[in-house]
Amino acid sequence: MLLSEVPAGGAQFFYLVPWMVFLPLIGLLINIIVGGRLSEKWIGGIASAATGLAFVVAVFLAISLVGHPEGTTVPLIDWITIGELRVRWGFQVDTLSVTMMLMVSFVGTLIHIYAIGYMHDDVRHNGDPARYRRFFVFFNLFVLAMMVLVSADNYLMLFVGWEGVGLCSYLLIGFWYEKGEKGIGNALAAKKAFITNRIGDFGFLLAAFTMFGIFRTFDFEEVFKQVPQVAELFPIAILMITLFMLLGVTGKSAQLPLYVWLPDAMAGPTPVSALIHAATMVTAGVYLVARSFPLYAIVPAAQNTVAIVGGATALFAATIGLAQFDIKKVLAYSTISQLGFMVAAVGMGAIVAGIFHLVAHAFFKALLFLSAGSVIQGVERGEHHIEHDPKLKKASKAHAHFDPQDMRNMGGLRTRMKTTFWVYIIGALALSGIPPLAGFWSKDEILLEASHLNPLVYYLLVAAAFFTAFYMGRQVLMVFFGEPRSEAAAHATESPLVMTVPLMILAFFSAFGGLMNLPWLHTLGHWLEHTIKIEEAVKEVKLGAEAAVKFDWVVASISTALALIAIGLAWWLYERRYKELLKLPQAKRPDDPLRGILGPVFRLLEHKYWVDELYWAVILNPYIALSRFLAEQVDWRFWHDWFHDQVILRGYNALARLLSVQIDLGVIDAIANWIGEVTQRLANRMRLIQSGYVRNYALSVFLGVVIILGYLILR
Amino acid sequence: MSVPLAYYIGLSAILFTIGAMGVLIRRNSIVIFMSVELMLNAANLAFVAFARSYEAISGQIFVFFVMTVAAVEVAVGLALIVAIFHTKQSIDVDQMNSLRG
Repeated sequence: MLLSEVPAGGAQFFYLVPWMVFLPLIGLLINIIVGGRLSEKWIGGIASAATGLAFVVAVFLAISLVGHPEGTTVPLIDWITIGELRVRWGFQVDTLSVTMMLMVSFVGTLIHIYAIGYMHDDVRHNGDPARYRRFFVFFNLFVLAMMVLVSADNYLMLFVGWEGVGLCSYLLIGFWYEKGEKGIGNALAAKKAFITNRIGDFGFLLAAFTMFGIFRTFDFEEVFKQVPQVAELFPIAILMITLFMLLGVTGKSAQLPLYVWLPDAMAGPTPVSALIHAATMVTAGVYLVARSFPLYAIVPAAQNTVAIVGGATALFAATIGLAQFDIKKVLAYSTISQLGFMVAAVGMGAIVAGIFHLVAHAFFKALLFLSAGSVIQGVERGEHHIEHDPKLKKASKAHAHFDPQDMRNMGGLRTRMKTTFWVYIIGALALSGIPPLAGFWSKDEILLEASHLNPLVYYLLVAAAFFTAFYMGRQVLMVFFGEPRSEAAAHATESPLVMTVPLMILAFFSAFGGLMNLPWLHTLGHWLEHTIKIEEAVKEVKLGAEAAVKFDWVVASISTALALIAIGLAWWLYERRYKELLKLPQAKRPDDPLRGILGPVFRLLEHKYWVDELYWAVILNPYIALSRFLAEQVDWRFWHDWFHDQVILRGYNALARLLSVQIDLGVIDAIANWIGEVTQRLANRMRLIQSGYVRNYALSVFLGVVIILGYLILR
Repeated sequence: MSVPLAYYIGLSAILFTIGAMGVLIRRNSIVIFMSVELMLNAANLAFVAFARSYEAISGQIFVFFVMTVAAVEVAVGLALIVAIFHTKQSIDVDQMNSLRG
């Protein structure tokens, strides 16, 4: 099934869809098998080509969908057949899944290409160039798992992808597993991500079990077909499924209360943060809710819960983002916040707005992360430069512990990293929602829907949007403007073209991605309608509302005005105030102008509301104490020392003694000995008969004959 | 005038009883041997008498077999007695009780 064999006249390429999964598989297999003998350029090239070809296939699928917008399912193999349970590995090709495939493969390809350059430096900076190949194998594996996730035509296959991306996330967060705080920081971060995700997966599994219990199937189509009648019989079951599923979403898409893993996940290399923890994997939860929309549409309680979780997360994470100093942590909280926007949107039923924001966010957040990676490496190069310049080294001896990700060590990079600066500005403005960049249109659509559907969520999201603009303004000003605040920043240099070209492409899409779904055209809306309109219930409940929503100048101008005010505020604080503060002696001046204004609130935000500490105190420490108690007291002292060594050992010994002494010696041996004795005694009696006298024998023969004859005669 | 069958059988029974008593009572192995011969010949007499009475030849043929076996037995038995006498200087059966239990 090569591309050249495609019939020229046919506009249907749906059968190509398995290649979405197989191409990354081929890429990673090549790299596993022969990658050891290839140069870095080839390894990265093969991985990028595999993802790029997947993007080509996705384009073919999209072209096919133009002619057949209803889509199809492409069965590949039967996976599980146990009685009633039949699960096949099939591919769902419809406008929703293909939108995800396009986004994942496109952004994925760009990030792969970027990673060719980034990882080249990263493996050398961390001192193990052999891991270059491993990185791209994991990266292709991730694309593979993500494709399984978005192309699944049933919940179980989706779960396979869901777990697969979780695994890759774990592997890549812990990519430098021996680095980080005390040499285990990265490993702990990876573990935290994995375990937190497992809590969410537990919810997903419960949802899947309940679903099979009620619907007797996992197939999307079958399940959605049965929704109306099941909703009449067991409405509570659907509520349970949707809420369990929400738990899964909070895990994978980093929503309250399970968001805590995502900031720590920044321990992974920056392309990982961009691809997995910003653009693709974390949106899986949004995709799941969008995909399961027929279920959610039936139960408004679940919808409200999802929307409020999303809205609350958006605001909560945005406020934390205000007071972070690590360039990637700011973006991480921003990602959580933006995921909150998406989850709120799909929760309210504004599927199109949610998916629109998902795609737009993938562009500008991937752009921001990759640019942040470029900045970090620029600063690292500056630091490297100082290390090798004895004069400079002497001057900068003061800060031996230098963190190239700390924004307090940056500043003034505007002139030193020009390309990175400009694409960063585009990404930051898009994220802040400044028209006419992509983020404005997508965020505005969510706000618009929220203003109609759920006022509470609307207020949460507007506040979050304000803070978003503020922390992005703060970040841009701290990183790129002002004077360099460290020697490393002063000597930072621009990244190579292999990194900046993907940045420019992403910047282009961040700027013009809004064209996908302009409020007057609703291109994406009409495209997705083909998938979403199939379910009648959905159409009645939500699409009606959505169709009525027109571009609202009031909503748009409020959000734009707030964003501009926030950026202005950031400008005033971080350009004007910061300069004044820098004149103070180092010991006296606060590291952030906001600290002086907000005081303890800033400390609260800087420490992330002490949520991690709270989880430690409320969940982890008791849990660890319980585990320790179970391990040391119950398992070791009770089971091992007492139960095994005392009860079982002694019991066994007693039983063995009973068996050997009482039963074996007392009964079995006694019986055997008794038989022997009896035989001996009997033999002693019997030997008397053997007199040795022939006469006696003859007499007994004689008597025997007499007896026999007597018997015969007298009978 | 022929002798009735009962007389032959009676004689045969008397001879057999004498022979059996001889085996049980006597201690000299030669005599025991002779008593055994007596019992065999008592049986032979009964065979012949019945053969004659029922005019069946098979009884007479049986007698030949018995006489043959008796001759063989005598040959073996006398050889045994000679061998025993060699070792024990006696042919008293009561002396030969080494198989006593």
